[in-house]
Amino acid sequence: MRAKGHRPGTPKAAPRDDVALYVSQLPSYVFGPRATMWWGTFGVIAIEGMVFALAAASYFYLRSHAREWPLGVPPPELSWGMVNMAILAVSTLPNHWTKRAAEQHDLRKVRIGLTVCVAFALAFLVVRIFEFRSLNVGWDTNAYGSIVWLLLALHTAHLLTDFVDTAVLTVLMYTGPIEGRRYADVADNAVYWDFVVLAWIPLYFIVYWAPRL
Amino acid sequence: MSLPAQAAATLHRTWSDPPGVRGWFSALDHKTIGRRFVIAAFGFFVAGGLLAATMRLQLAFPEMKLVGPDLYNQVFTLHGTTMMFLFAVPVMLAMAIYLVPLMIGARATAFPRMTAFAFWVYVFGGLSVYIAFFLGSGPDAGWFAYVPLSGPEYSPGKRSDFWAQLITFTEVSGLLVSIDLITTILKHRAPGMTLARMPLFVWAILVTCLMILFAMPAVMMASTMLILDRLVGTHFFNPADGGSALLWQHLFWFFGHPEVYFIFIPGLGFLSMIIATFARRPIFGYPAMVLALIATGFLSFGLWVHHMFAASIPELAKAFFTAASMMIAIPSGVQIFCWIATLWKGRLNFATPLLFVLAFFFILVLGGLTGVILASTALDLQVHDTYFVVAHLHYVLIGGAVFPLFGAFYYWYPKMTGRMMDERMGRWNFWLFFVGFNVAFYPMHHLGLAGMPRRIYTYAAESGWGPLNLLSTVGAVMVATSVLLFIVNAVKSYRHGAPAADNPWGASSLEWATSSPPPPYNFALPPVVSSREPLWVPHHPSRPPHVTGLALDTRESLVTTAIDAVPDSRDTSPDPSHWPFTAAVALSIMFIATIFTPWGLVWGSIPVTIALIGWFWPRREETERHLALEKRP
Repeated sequence: MRAKGHRPGTPKAAPRDDVALYVSQLPSYVFGPRATMWWGTFGVIAIEGMVFALAAASYFYLRSHAREWPLGVPPPELSWGMVNMAILAVSTLPNHWTKRAAEQHDLRKVRIGLTVCVAFALAFLVVRIFEFRSLNVGWDTNAYGSIVWLLLALHTAHLLTDFVDTAVLTVLMYTGPIEGRRYADVADNAVYWDFVVLAWIPLYFIVYWAPRL
Repeated sequence: MSLPAQAAATLHRTWSDPPGVRGWFSALDHKTIGRRFVIAAFGFFVAGGLLAATMRLQLAFPEMKLVGPDLYNQVFTLHGTTMMFLFAVPVMLAMAIYLVPLMIGARATAFPRMTAFAFWVYVFGGLSVYIAFFLGSGPDAGWFAYVPLSGPEYSPGKRSDFWAQLITFTEVSGLLVSIDLITTILKHRAPGMTLARMPLFVWAILVTCLMILFAMPAVMMASTMLILDRLVGTHFFNPADGGSALLWQHLFWFFGHPEVYFIFIPGLGFLSMIIATFARRPIFGYPAMVLALIATGFLSFGLWVHHMFAASIPELAKAFFTAASMMIAIPSGVQIFCWIATLWKGRLNFATPLLFVLAFFFILVLGGLTGVILASTALDLQVHDTYFVVAHLHYVLIGGAVFPLFGAFYYWYPKMTGRMMDERMGRWNFWLFFVGFNVAFYPMHHLGLAGMPRRIYTYAAESGWGPLNLLSTVGAVMVATSVLLFIVNAVKSYRHGAPAADNPWGASSLEWATSSPPPPYNFALPPVVSSREPLWVPHHPSRPPHVTGLALDTRESLVTTAIDAVPDSRDTSPDPSHWPFTAAVALSIMFIATIFTPWGLVWGSIPVTIALIGWFWPRREETERHLALEKRP
């Protein structure tokens, strides 16, 4: 147990005494797993990861009961999917650059980094529209169409959330009010971004390559 | 050592919920939200109970004409849905929202606005399904809504859609509360409260919430697919176009079986707290108890297929799931023996909470025995879909969760209200409930073996099921009287009960270290812990007795490390705000709109997004207060 005994306190804090555990010198915000917000973010990631896993399991369940796969339609076109995979992969670079800038409390770099990230988010959202069009199947064609649309739509919902989150943070970092913990928010946003990109890797293979196996 | 009066007044002002109507909708105190949550869940319990009473009256005699088949279908569906989704899970989480911060010496939960939001979402979801019911659109495909019955072909109209959206409402709420509680438990424990010193109720809630994170997404996925099949013509569950009806059952029970355990495990937590207090000694075998809780949590994910033995499943899978279902008896048995050992070695104080706990043993063991029967594929096929299953599930759920819950109500009522409940009425409440429950549900075993199927709205006199059904209805009337007595007791004691001391039962955990009811800030001087029973074992002399140095004029709290609970940083709890309520309204509009048109999702998401941004956006005044206290990591 550290932090005992006399320390200078802020006038607005509770009175200190000789025996109590004095805590006002502790940091008022922290990064990563030390922070409550990181745990909150991770809880959301656990839930959404489970949602993706269940959607993938449903895909293979339906596939295992089908006489052919995909059901009477050609598999999705590969080109737009590859383009977007590349955009998502490259987007992790500005994302991590921004995270480091946030950990260093470098407001100028954070602003630049977030702006670049928003541009990336816009790019993958636009390309995503073309991905839907290259699926070669409607959601109401058959169960195969339903499940690939579901997989792609679930992930798109995450892209959209990520875009809105990042855009709001970007505006906030330009207009304020800013305090230290906003940098921790930027870092947590980057963690979530990583999740959205990482989750796409298995989903990408399921949507585009599983019908070709 | 206590806080000077002026400092205490400042602290009181800082942590109080704001006054007025707007303030009422902006409240964030975990005790306020927890209390509202418990009352709302209890309200749904009474509603579900009235539906049950309707069914029992209808079945009291052969060929009764009280309700017709269509209404009966809605009544049993809404009864099951209410009890599982609107009462059992929420009431446990609600008790945890109230109790966990007090038990771990914290001033608030980690995300108070999210808790408030979850509460409002839950209330709106519950109300929406009841409004639909009163408008003649109550769901009618059973509480697990099997396809194809609940699908577009066999359930036209909006009944199943209301059911599916109710699931979305309650699961959003349950998931958010779980994130909040997990973070609170791992990051806001009092310094010195290592994981190995955590009260068993807090352990139970931690395990429950982790299970919720991994189980609830399955039913949300299922209900989303169902509503998509019904609304936009997808084919997830339509075998004619490559879909599968069994997919529904897998997804539903992948959630549904763990759900039984996240109703049951908090009940085990209540038990451990109450037994220790009324046996006046620490729980025997604490490490075994914790490991058994964790093992139950894990194993409960390997049982779901035993709900589907009557479906076409590979034989090997059936054997596996039979074995897994038998295995869960091991951790359950470990806990029961630890409690018996505790009671055996203790000096018992037979107050009402302990009576409810002792009834748990009797009823749950009976429910467990029929559970072992149902876990065997061969026997299961014989009694599948009969009243035997109805008897089993009520013995398990009421014995495992509702009896401990009533014990918990009596036990923590003085802490929540500052008054004791009436003990004499408590005994009447208990004995009527205990006897009435067995009279109501025991005969159902025999009815099931005699072949009476569940979910039938009436039966012929020649079946010979009349006498036992009448007996069962008599029992149901006793249970209803007992619940009424409880309500009278709770309301009367709130005004006229004997004033409660801080620790009226002589318990060992931290919630009893503060006043009854606790002040808005919970603890004037946040405690430091040096043992598993902080109120029984003298504080270690070399350890500081409490925390100081947190701000008085801002909602500041201490964050500790996840395992050892070493002070690590300070956090500020958000100020009261109408945004959680506003965002819940926006989300509810979106959910209900999507019952009628897919565009509800598109247009409905705009106000939701605006509300969430408004919620997040920091206020200048608040930021300045934070900056005054800021210390970089």
